[in-house]
Amino acid sequence: MNFWERLYLPAIFQGMGITFRHMFKKKETIFYPEVEREFSENWRGMHSLKRDEQGRERCTACGLCALSCPAEAITMIAAERQKGEEALYREEKYAAVYEINMLRCIFCGLCEEACPKEAIYLDGPIVPADYLRKDFIYGKDKLVEEPMKVQQD
Amino acid sequence: MELAFIIEKFALILVIFVISLTVAAYSTLAERKIAGFLQDRVGPNRAGPGGMFQPLADGLKMFFKEEIIPTESSKALFILGPSLALFTSFLGSAVIPWGQDIEIAGRQVSLQITDINVGVLYIFGVVSLGVYGIMIGGWASNNKFSLMGAVRAASQSISYEIPLGLSIIALLMLTNTLSMKEIAEQQHGINWNIFYQPLGFLIFLICSFAETNRTPFDLPECETELVGGYHTEYSGFKMGAYMFAEYLNMFLASAVMSTLYFGAYNYPGMDWVNEMTGAVIGPLIGMAVLMLKIFAFIFLFMWVRWTIPRFRYDQLMNLGWKILIPLAIANIVITGIVITIIDKL
Repeated sequence: MNFWERLYLPAIFQGMGITFRHMFKKKETIFYPEVEREFSENWRGMHSLKRDEQGRERCTACGLCALSCPAEAITMIAAERQKGEEALYREEKYAAVYEINMLRCIFCGLCEEACPKEAIYLDGPIVPADYLRKDFIYGKDKLVEEPMKVQQD
Repeated sequence: MELAFIIEKFALILVIFVISLTVAAYSTLAERKIAGFLQDRVGPNRAGPGGMFQPLADGLKMFFKEEIIPTESSKALFILGPSLALFTSFLGSAVIPWGQDIEIAGRQVSLQITDINVGVLYIFGVVSLGVYGIMIGGWASNNKFSLMGAVRAASQSISYEIPLGLSIIALLMLTNTLSMKEIAEQQHGINWNIFYQPLGFLIFLICSFAETNRTPFDLPECETELVGGYHTEYSGFKMGAYMFAEYLNMFLASAVMSTLYFGAYNYPGMDWVNEMTGAVIGPLIGMAVLMLKIFAFIFLFMWVRWTIPRFRYDQLMNLGWKILIPLAIANIVITGIVITIIDKL
């Protein structure tokens, strides 16, 4: 390096010119909670337990999703469908308790591949942050789809 | 020593103290905002409108964090380190002339806390003291990383104080005084020293980056090699004191550079403005102009920080000893020759 280069100044001024130009460029920030980035079509978010055309829960508590889960995030307790509950559950067996630990889940999507009843899909929003570990264990209250209004009318 | 004198000095000290604190606090916000802008981001914007209360939130966080004093450290020195760093960074602003004299109820009130006739030397003394805070803190931590940081800080300060002093000598040959007030008054209007000492200013600028431990000379707190440098073991408010001291030093360095080279409170057309606005508003406008120059320098500090990577240690020493010192000496020689020629003409 010659004396002028060893002073570093020309290179520094060049660099400062570049950073100064960036001050007036369009900001790349997306203001997350207010604005959401567009998700790709096969994006995997929070799980939802689906209902069929008549608004009945599809899940039959076979346990294949829990078995396929590499993170062992899914637990369930099965129960027999009683008389008069035909409008609630499609199969003769259903999940009385269905819990997913969102801190364990790695959103790989193997549960939706394993499901023979097409009952679980990872098509929800981003799982929100929380303060306590126990609040990350999502039960059926958070996972099951809203009953379809059209069917009940 | 009359009562009015004491009151006015105390009021001035209080005002300057508050201004320094506010500027230092908002420098932290400005730093993060400017970093954001230079990187196509927006910076902190959640606390208050546009992130205005971010310094308050940060300060509160610092206060409420747990203070950890390592068991193997020397406790007294461990506390003395950040206190000294903060203390010395406040001292320097005492000799900065913040504006022309203002007239309140027929009294000439000086906008400078004290006009000692060796003001420039006083600032140099105080700035060199600042490194003791870092050295003591780094030594007391009883941590190898801290000690390395402290050693680097010490050798860096010593190396860069030499060209800093040499660049000032050329300026002093021009001004023939060490009093900050007189240096400021000599630069009336647009007669700023930067036009007579461009090379001297450049050396002074580079050295003040090194003296304030700012990038590209922030090796004492080099995260990539030394974890946190001299403040590795510090937490809570003591850590905050070190950070605050850094921003106060930046404020002081900007004020000194504005005063010595960029005409302090002087600006073109100031006589006309003073006549129009009177003996109180006029000097206050001058003070605002000085503040504007200081903010411009603080922006420069941050702009450089978010542009240039850190120097390697041997590069730092090469730059200091082999380039800046010869340049500063050459600057003195050239200045001396030019002054002699102009005198003979």
